[in-house]
Amino acid sequence: MRMATSMTFGLIFLFGAASSYATVVDDQLKAYQAQGAGSFSAQRGEQMWNKDYPDPEEPGKVRNCHVCHGKDFKASGKHAKTGKTIDPLSPSVNRERFTDPQFIEKWFKRNCKWVMDRECTPQEKGDFLMYLKDK
Amino acid sequence: MRSQPFFLSLLLLSATSQVSAALDVAPVTNKTYQEECSACHMAYQPGFLPARSWQKIFDTLDKHFGENAELSAQQTQALKAYAMENAADHSHYKRSRKIMSSLSASDTPLRISEVSYIQRKHREVPDRLITRNPQIKTLGRCEACHPDAKQGDYNEHRVKIPGANGHWEN
Repeated sequence: MRMATSMTFGLIFLFGAASSYATVVDDQLKAYQAQGAGSFSAQRGEQMWNKDYPDPEEPGKVRNCHVCHGKDFKASGKHAKTGKTIDPLSPSVNRERFTDPQFIEKWFKRNCKWVMDRECTPQEKGDFLMYLKDK
Repeated sequence: MRSQPFFLSLLLLSATSQVSAALDVAPVTNKTYQEECSACHMAYQPGFLPARSWQKIFDTLDKHFGENAELSAQQTQALKAYAMENAADHSHYKRSRKIMSSLSASDTPLRISEVSYIQRKHREVPDRLITRNPQIKTLGRCEACHPDAKQGDYNEHRVKIPGANGHWEN
């Protein structure tokens, strides 16, 4: 009896956590489409994740996502300058990832501007989330 | 018997006043400030810089020491107000007062490590222990050597430099 109860709670907890980030991501994707994006592609998101962009401040150098997040999105990253630990991007290992729309937008804005020297389009943000949401 | 609670509260009072007297700068009390700033680095106490410095820092968050640290306009205003109200020139804490007296009226340092008082206090620590220390690298990581930095305690006797065999005394 006891075990059954705790298992039920365990299952509710598991699915509750899983669905909350999935719902947030779905809502974000819908919002990007309302802003003019078409259908999203995880493949394009992967290309963004791996692409180098010229460093606007230091000619000859490049910026990319890996500088702070590392190449493995299931592992913690490290802030390029301050050394502060950055929790993994992957929602399967970091339960808090993609659960707060304001947090998502804040960091898209900052990081797209830093890496690409411009804001990401709704299409690019959707492609990126599409790539990372099942990781 | 009746004097016991009174005595106890006196004891408590003196204990709390001792704690605040031991602090070097006022601890951060704004939850949003704490959360937003510490996303990338320690949430430095506003009492480390004059209000004019905080004003400039919060007005240029899109170019924050080579990073983009933009917040919403509303949050920027709220945190700028908090930092300016609690800045070194509005604080009675020991280090804040010393920082202010080390600056001239036209100095607007944007880094705490540019403040001459802070530089003077760290002058005896050799480079190999801070900038060339792979566990630290920069003077900006206060908490790396000051274990209670987040609480506003920068007491020299509690300094522990990683990789420097025990605690630091000069």
